[in-house]
Amino acid sequence: MSTMTYAARDSATMLRRNLRHMVRYPSLTLMLIAQPVLFLMLFVYVFGGTLGAGLPGGGGREDYLAYIAPAILLITVASVALSTAIHIAKDATEGIIDRFRTMPIAKSSVLTGHVLAALVQTAVAVAVVLAVAVLLGYRPDTGVAGWLGAVGILALLALALTWLCVALGLAAGSVETASNTPMFLMLLPFISSAFVPTDSMPAGLAWIAENQPFTPIIDTLRACLEGRDPGADLWWAIGWCAVITVLCFGWARRLFARVRAV
Amino acid sequence: MRSDAIEVTGLTKSYGDLAVLHGLDLTVPTGTVYALLGPNGSGKTTTVRILSTLLAPDAGQAVVAGYDVARDPDGVRRSIGVTGQFSAIDELLTGRENLRLMADLAHLPKQDAAARVDELLVRFDLTEAADRRAATYSGGMKRRLDLAMTLVSRPRLIFLDEPTTGLDPRSRRDLWEIVRELLADGVTIFLTTQYLEEADQLAHTVGLLDGGRLVAEGTPAELKAQAGGATLDEVFLALTGHPVTTEEKETVR
Repeated sequence: MSTMTYAARDSATMLRRNLRHMVRYPSLTLMLIAQPVLFLMLFVYVFGGTLGAGLPGGGGREDYLAYIAPAILLITVASVALSTAIHIAKDATEGIIDRFRTMPIAKSSVLTGHVLAALVQTAVAVAVVLAVAVLLGYRPDTGVAGWLGAVGILALLALALTWLCVALGLAAGSVETASNTPMFLMLLPFISSAFVPTDSMPAGLAWIAENQPFTPIIDTLRACLEGRDPGADLWWAIGWCAVITVLCFGWARRLFARVRAV
Repeated sequence: MRSDAIEVTGLTKSYGDLAVLHGLDLTVPTGTVYALLGPNGSGKTTTVRILSTLLAPDAGQAVVAGYDVARDPDGVRRSIGVTGQFSAIDELLTGRENLRLMADLAHLPKQDAAARVDELLVRFDLTEAADRRAATYSGGMKRRLDLAMTLVSRPRLIFLDEPTTGLDPRSRRDLWEIVRELLADGVTIFLTTQYLEEADQLAHTVGLLDGGRLVAEGTPAELKAQAGGATLDEVFLALTGHPVTTEEKETVR
């Protein structure tokens, strides 16, 4: 078999291992899904009436649900990525990483196994959270192209945030640190167009919100799910995801070469 | 077939200002047991990490199973098995799944993999616990699983870094028995230990390592004759001026 075939086979083996971990450690997986669901309930039922009235053109709780549902999907992606940092840090601080490194396996397979597992978990989590949103009355109004676009942009975002968290998990050096450093990913969406339109913010903050990666990503997702053309936001979103993925992939590979257990 | 499983010349390693190995030379003939004996901090683990491709030396050359560790680490990795000082098992997986993981990473065909896993479970007396998570295993069972995982790919050269540290006497004797069986199969074994009895029981050649230097090397009998001691303990004391086991206390203090 060629090197590429071995790399694919080893990555699949590592994927199986990581999926087993998720099944064996269900509390973390459930937390990941519960968190965005709680956010959804909180923002729709507690803040939704008031925030809905503040949307352009005014509206109610239902309009705010339609505005915020895409943002909650984005938070779901970030939430799963966060857990990847914890899984990676746990692996990198235990003896088994040294075992893998003394075996003739594809070097990248340890990390790709984690990334693939995170993507599977993201797909499950996003489906569950979307189902809850639909139960609450969310009705995305879009066609096949819009759905494909939404799935595509969520997948790109998941890839970018997961590689970022892989690098942060490797850089952390302990599971505790790894569970803290990526927390900014949960906060950044608040300073974007995810929960309120950016033009309702003070000028300086609005500038930051408009120019940070989450805003074009959430605007693209929202446009796709509302059946609108995302326009230039689409290219900004793809660009940001691509840049973050490539940089963090390189960073993670360099860090992985230096990892030593215990 | 080369006659030497390991050839090391002038191996040197420092961590910053701390020199750990000062020009280590040693040779391990194929099919023998070599024990590197020394106190904590003498450079035993560093030597194993370099020979098993986990760490690059600052200077010197190491040829393991015919491959240069610096130039062809993957060649080395295809030939060796390593059981480190710290448990290298996946505690969330069962014993069987841990072994299967190794079989899959060794690219064994499916049927061979299942057969090899069952064979090792029996050999290491883990059949009853096979489908329990490794986290529930006792220290001795974890060590047995760890070694079984190392053996899945049938390596011809095995590194054991302090394999019996922290084990009770019975588990220690079980492990010695396994080492003897491997040797009977023609496997070469490089082990590190702080236990003189272990080196005396198992090794063809003992290297006494102190402060990153090999202070003496030979069969247990040669070393005892050379230093005029009845035990390796006395040999170590005669050659270095301090016993093997006090170093730990000194570093703690």
